[in-house]
Amino acid sequence: MTLPEPYIEDDLREILDGVSDPEIPVLTVLQMGVVRSARLENGKAKVQITPTYSGCPAMDVIGDDIKKALKENGYDAEVELILSPAWSTDWITPAGRTALEKYGIAAPLEADADKEALLGNKRIVKCPQCGSTNTILVSQFGSTACKALFKCEDCLEPFDYFKCLK
Amino acid sequence: MEKLTDYIIQIADNSLILGQRLGDLCGHGPTLETDIALTNISLDLFGQVRSYYQYAAKLMGGDANEDTIAFLRKENEYKNVLLVEQPNTDFAYVITRQFFFDHFHWLLQDKLQQSKDETLAAIAKKSIKEVSYHVRFSSDWMKRLGDGTEESHQRIQQAVNDLWVYTDELFHMTEADQEMLQNGVGVDLSLLKDTYYERIKSVLEEATIEIPESNYFQKGGKKGVHTEHMGFILTEMQYMQRTYPNMTW
Ligand SMILES: [Zn+2]
Repeated sequence: MTLPEPYIEDDLREILDGVSDPEIPVLTVLQMGVVRSARLENGKAKVQITPTYSGCPAMDVIGDDIKKALKENGYDAEVELILSPAWSTDWITPAGRTALEKYGIAAPLEADADKEALLGNKRIVKCPQCGSTNTILVSQFGSTACKALFKCEDCLEPFDYFKCLK
Repeated sequence: MEKLTDYIIQIADNSLILGQRLGDLCGHGPTLETDIALTNISLDLFGQVRSYYQYAAKLMGGDANEDTIAFLRKENEYKNVLLVEQPNTDFAYVITRQFFFDHFHWLLQDKLQQSKDETLAAIAKKSIKEVSYHVRFSSDWMKRLGDGTEESHQRIQQAVNDLWVYTDELFHMTEADQEMLQNGVGVDLSLLKDTYYERIKSVLEEATIEIPESNYFQKGGKKGVHTEHMGFILTEMQYMQRTYPNMTW
């Protein structure tokens, strides 16, 4: 699958990079890949965002936070929610994946590997605490719809795994 | 245009009512993990419902919005299938209802991705990714319960026997279905039926659950004729909006 690069105007990039995901605060909305475009039109900022999951309760907050950040920097902003193309975990940037792991959330695997892991067939999800792959699935759904709950059999810590969505 | 809104609402109502049923389990699931899973599925369904109702409200114009559609209709104006309004009798019923619905939901969304209506296609492309997880969850539990202990087997078999009569209605074509099929927006549900029964039978077999042979099926929901459970669901769901009209968070 090719990744449609989001168009982010340079003047807005820095501001948007200061807006974090309310549920995973170590990630910015840009690293999460939910901002699909940010343009300046006649001095007004127009931003398009797309939900990770349809029912993601963070979307309203993300929209408000973006408006607030832009306002503080002197821009009137309009935020539009778009559904197409649908968000994919491939849109999490490499820096975003690193931030996830550092925060204690295992980053998404590729689709086939993800399926094996979530069916409990293979021990391949890497524990973000100790790096072991000796991990087991506790629940296909974790603290939010986008995550599954795992447990490391070596260091015994439970952890969230960000499920692959493609 | 009116048939298009009927069509959108008919699809969305299934997710609304099932989502409401699952929401009842919040804090009452048999284990913490299944509790979280079921409420997460509920949240996915509500998210999809919002996209549908927002679209329908735009087509309807006037004062309509997602909340008036969700909360201010009368019972016979809801067009969900009877399956999704069936009660959370026990965990076996919850899983069986979910399993019967998820496989249908996936097949429907799969086809809707090719709808000539851009918004419906976009919602389908988004939803199907989530529904794939639902299918996996409920199918997995069918197998665990069916091929589990003597008690779990007996209970899941009971739930399958009882809920089987509600599966056929999923494929009934309403006027809105017919018209939307003709203009390339909708899906021919009758073409999904064989694949549906093939898929659920293969899971049931693996789960060592006997497939009911009854040819008697219940119907009515898609025409707005509901079982006695529907009134109770709506009473609870609509309480706040009926008591405090136009209240917001
Ligand atoms: Zn570990």
